[in-house]
Amino acid sequence: MNYHWNWGIFLEQVKGGDETYLNWLFTGLGWTLAVAISAWLIALSIGIGIGTLRTAPNKGLAWFAATWVELFRNVPLLVQMFLWFFVVPELLPREWSLWVKQDLPAKEFITATLCLGLFTSARVAEQVRAGIQSLSRGQTMAGLAVGFTLTQTYRYVILPMAFRIIIPPLTSEFMNIFKNSSVAFAIGVMELTFQARQMQEDSEQGIETYLAVTVLYFICAFIANRGMAFLEQRTRVPGFIASAK
Amino acid sequence: MKKSLTFGLTLVSALALSQPVLADTLAKVKQSGSITMGIRESSYPLSYLDDKQQPIGYHIDICNRIVDTVKTKLDLKTLKVAHQAVTSQNRIPLVTNGTVDLECGSTTNNAARQNQVAFAPTVFITNVRMAVKKSSGITSLSQLNGKPVATTTGTTSVQLMRAHEKGKGIDFKEVYGKDHADSFLMLETDRAVAFVMDDNLLAGLIVTSKNPSEYAIVGETLNIEPIAIMIRKDDPQFQGLVNTVIKDLAKSGEIDKLYAKWFMSPIPPKSANMNFPMSDTLKTALNNPTDAPAEQFNVKK
Repeated sequence: MNYHWNWGIFLEQVKGGDETYLNWLFTGLGWTLAVAISAWLIALSIGIGIGTLRTAPNKGLAWFAATWVELFRNVPLLVQMFLWFFVVPELLPREWSLWVKQDLPAKEFITATLCLGLFTSARVAEQVRAGIQSLSRGQTMAGLAVGFTLTQTYRYVILPMAFRIIIPPLTSEFMNIFKNSSVAFAIGVMELTFQARQMQEDSEQGIETYLAVTVLYFICAFIANRGMAFLEQRTRVPGFIASAK
Repeated sequence: MKKSLTFGLTLVSALALSQPVLADTLAKVKQSGSITMGIRESSYPLSYLDDKQQPIGYHIDICNRIVDTVKTKLDLKTLKVAHQAVTSQNRIPLVTNGTVDLECGSTTNNAARQNQVAFAPTVFITNVRMAVKKSSGITSLSQLNGKPVATTTGTTSVQLMRAHEKGKGIDFKEVYGKDHADSFLMLETDRAVAFVMDDNLLAGLIVTSKNPSEYAIVGETLNIEPIAIMIRKDDPQFQGLVNTVIKDLAKSGEIDKLYAKWFMSPIPPKSANMNFPMSDTLKTALNNPTDAPAEQFNVKK
């Protein structure tokens, strides 16, 4: 292959600027972390709520939660990004629409975070539901029998066990959110993939660029993985269902 | 773990140390009896697909001349011409790794790219300017302070805009589309008041939009960019053949006819006319065909 290698490219200055390509990649990494972590907070808080509601005895609430999950789970993430960014503002009254499109600060970041958070919330909800349903019905009955209300039974009996059970699949989800945040480039968030495309265009050292970006994504996901493994270990309770080993 | 790490490092260093070899496209074509043209699907009117999904355009016409000359020079009875669609991201790797022999798209010839590939003499020059809605009354970049301005990710325009802001002490709110159609959609839906891009691409987007009369290309030129046909680096025979074909086209005046055909007359698929007269910079460049990179066209005054 007739490729001209240049591993020193990362320390070179970008064209027409006074920063290096490494600065670009780190700026991108910063936005990737910001989108992923904010979206994760949204996904966890909504996902836990929706997942719990799916197991609620009230049919209406369970139906609402099921609709939520199917809505966000059945549409590709990229399409959802475009829907939130291009379509939703057009449905607002004209003045609001213009405000959202032109004056809303950091609109790409807000849109991407919201979209990724809601998308992931559906997946977290399913895991929460699976965790709850993996417990025997006897647990709920026992909770109610000792005089807890249904809410108290969830709070003190069901959820503490369910959460411990679902830490492994949640780990995958937490790692996924870093990788899925790359879709945000499509609506113009200046995250890692965006900066990689920019750096490739500017420097024409595509292979070095994408290898570096691969390593950065890998590190993000791997740190997430180790963090969750640590959490899993620290929250282990002897005698609980998920305390094997 | 350790083993795989060692393997990875070996692989990376093997990649890094592989020396470029002298390319010989003509020998490759002679041996295989086929040549592969890289084409763009919507680089209007340089290289795009017609309603029968066949590549057509200004650069395609010129590449066909090159292919004819290759056939004659190698004395081949038949020469199979394959078309490979390329994108901004993969065009350079596809040329360097040998998939594409002759890239006939809309590639800017600049110094960074000349590290990886070689270019034919320039036959088209684009100016980076902006498209606006006529109703906005904007005529200059200086009116864009604090306003949202669109461009496409992964293009040279991104850096040009940033450099311009720094130079003039103004502040655009940059918004980025993932491709030119998305960026134009931003202008169309008032998400941005201007779209900064190569003027021929803007003209193409406007001509094919719903209401072409709503838009205008205005303002200062941010950069002059020679657009050229791309070939492999370090391939003197093929480079020589390509240079000769283009110099002959320029000398005989045939290039002016081709230019008029694609830029000044109705063209498929909508029979729209780009009405895009040849710039003085291009006329000068065609008088003395050269593969000088963009940097030499934009020497700071």
